[in-house]
Amino acid sequence: MSRIQRRAVLAAAAGAATFGAAPARRARAQANTIKIGVMNDQSGPYRDIGGPNGVILAQIAAQEFGNNRGFNVEVVSADHQNRPDVGANIARQWYDQGVDMILDVPTSSVGLAVNSVAREKNKVYINVGAATADLTGPQCSPNTAHWVYDTYMLAKSTGGAMVRAGGDSWFFITADYAFGHALERDTSTFVRSNGGRVMGSVRYPFPATSDFSAFLVQAQASRAKVIGFANAGADTINCIKQAAEFGITRRGTKLAALLMFIADVHALGLESAQGLVMTESFYWDLDDRTRAFSRRVQPRLNNRAMPNMVTAGNYSGTLHYLKAVADMGVAASKASGIETMNRMKRLPVEDEAFGRGTLREDGRMLIPSYLFEVKTPAESRGPWDYLKLLQTTPADEAWRPLSEGNCPLIRS
Amino acid sequence: MAAPGGFSGTDFRNEEAYFLGFTQAQVIAFVLLIALLAIGPFFLYPVFLMKLLCFALFACAFNLLIGYVGLLSFGHAAYFGMGGYITGYTAKMWGLPPELSILLGGAVGAALGLVIGWIAIRRQGIYFAMITLAFAQMVYFFCVQARFTGGEDGIQSIPRGHFLGIVDLSRDMNMYWLTAGVFVVGFLLIHRIVHSPFGMVLKSIRENEPRATSLGYRTDDYKLMAFVLSAGLAGVAGGLKSLVFGIATLTDVFWTMSGEVVLMSLVGGLGTIFGPFVGAAVIITMQNYLAEFGAWVTVIQGVIFVLCVLAFRRGLVGEIGNWLRVRL
Repeated sequence: MSRIQRRAVLAAAAGAATFGAAPARRARAQANTIKIGVMNDQSGPYRDIGGPNGVILAQIAAQEFGNNRGFNVEVVSADHQNRPDVGANIARQWYDQGVDMILDVPTSSVGLAVNSVAREKNKVYINVGAATADLTGPQCSPNTAHWVYDTYMLAKSTGGAMVRAGGDSWFFITADYAFGHALERDTSTFVRSNGGRVMGSVRYPFPATSDFSAFLVQAQASRAKVIGFANAGADTINCIKQAAEFGITRRGTKLAALLMFIADVHALGLESAQGLVMTESFYWDLDDRTRAFSRRVQPRLNNRAMPNMVTAGNYSGTLHYLKAVADMGVAASKASGIETMNRMKRLPVEDEAFGRGTLREDGRMLIPSYLFEVKTPAESRGPWDYLKLLQTTPADEAWRPLSEGNCPLIRS
Repeated sequence: MAAPGGFSGTDFRNEEAYFLGFTQAQVIAFVLLIALLAIGPFFLYPVFLMKLLCFALFACAFNLLIGYVGLLSFGHAAYFGMGGYITGYTAKMWGLPPELSILLGGAVGAALGLVIGWIAIRRQGIYFAMITLAFAQMVYFFCVQARFTGGEDGIQSIPRGHFLGIVDLSRDMNMYWLTAGVFVVGFLLIHRIVHSPFGMVLKSIRENEPRATSLGYRTDDYKLMAFVLSAGLAGVAGGLKSLVFGIATLTDVFWTMSGEVVLMSLVGGLGTIFGPFVGAAVIITMQNYLAEFGAWVTVIQGVIFVLCVLAFRRGLVGEIGNWLRVRL
């Protein structure tokens, strides 16, 4: 009997030892190092929007800012797998273990989850990749900045500017969940306020639909000039591909993707995506400044991709954050995320990617938004030459006014 | 189903109850477990350990059903996730104290288990698994649409509150002791259930249901009771998790979560009292420390699953127990 007991104890002790020793102990933050955590989708559907290239652009910004300002900058990254619980978990762990600022965080649900963790821990959070306008609305936080786009700005530009450009009757194909409803509602408001008409809409079950042909036929039968896709990711891609197969755009109907990125156009190819209308706040071929910036960083990016709105936003956000840290001192910045964010709001934003911008009280970055149309294969001169500019909405008109956001910070 | 009848060939030693229904080896393992729980947070990140314990409790609850009644439920995410939503909602919107909101989460999990179980236990084997999966998917789509769950965003910023009005749970260590306490209570409860006369009947149903019926047991009632207990404990585990992370999301009601808990129980060892804890520890540790490999985590998990099925039919704890010839 004693033999067995001894074996049991030994085996259990060995198990306990491996269990205790393998994972790292709690890391201590170094006093003179600013640690930036880039959290985004490294493996799923949004990999090409932020992903590894988003991390690289944050690193480029850190390098360009230089280590000779009296402190070091370290960039770490993680994959949140588009799951809010995973994201909140990583954020908690990062902030507890010495990360000073979390960057990017696409997917609205994850973006909002990290938002509450950053506030609880009083750290800095710059969201670049998530769409939800709630980040600067009902859920706004003194620790959070929302950098390059949101659903309001997309709806206003795509809905409003599109009507002014002639697309005055709309039909929506909407994913039947809160996000889809919100996109449809917001865009409809801008369509109507600009004198357009909404001919109807159809809601499809989310997330179980991959065949959109019935909805596309219904949309076409409405004789609307514009079909708006109030969905995201793979659903939008499927809608566009199937619309191309039906030849809908060749008959003069415009397709408007309410949430779409140039990386999606790259993935789809111009043959399918041509004629599509979409809004972004950055395009590499916008002017000399963006061209110079993009050509400079492109060789360092995976697959020689051009920087897009989100990856360029990571560059811009990192740079501005580091400016604020240098301005107020590392110790003071580490002590309070709110103070760092306040300093970021006082300093003017200026960088090569976005030019000048301002960070508003509620955390909203104000820059112009652009309505683009995807070029035809004949118009395109080569890879990444995909978009032509239709309309520009200036920075002071592009975003939701401070008074309409219901941000609790503003009332106080 | 894969009832752990694999034990039958093993000649166990020390079968007699030693202490509170534990055999001697189980007492040693239990003391070790308590020691690990006590010193763990001083070496490891407490939030990680809390996550591990929530899933361990979930896996223990699941194991009660598959390990001791032989029913493979493929929809346990529904009770786990719904428990999380209810706890989160009542703690955030109604301002209920954590102990009440967790109990409510468990109660709703149990109620859901009562309804689904009442229908599902009428079938066996693959049909039972499919019915539970179908209902779990219905619960999932309900959660996608329902207003109170927050759809894609989930319920966010759930306050941890004060335990019994005194202990401030926003401090990680306090939350840890509560989580560890709930886990140990749940663990002992399951152990008690399994070793009660009721548990003996459950095991007899697992081994030979017609014979249990012929002895005069209403097996359906027993199965339903076990189902409700398992669902209720899963609800408690989900509620605990939503308090730990301050968030309740669709991830926890999605079918992959049901798959994950099957995996944990299999890796640890079906029908062993410590198996689910070890299985949860292995899977959660992998997810946590291999997270940097992104999509490869699922591939690695899959390989481990295959290895377990091929080489460790009894799971880690089952194999160790078999090797030491003790029941763990």
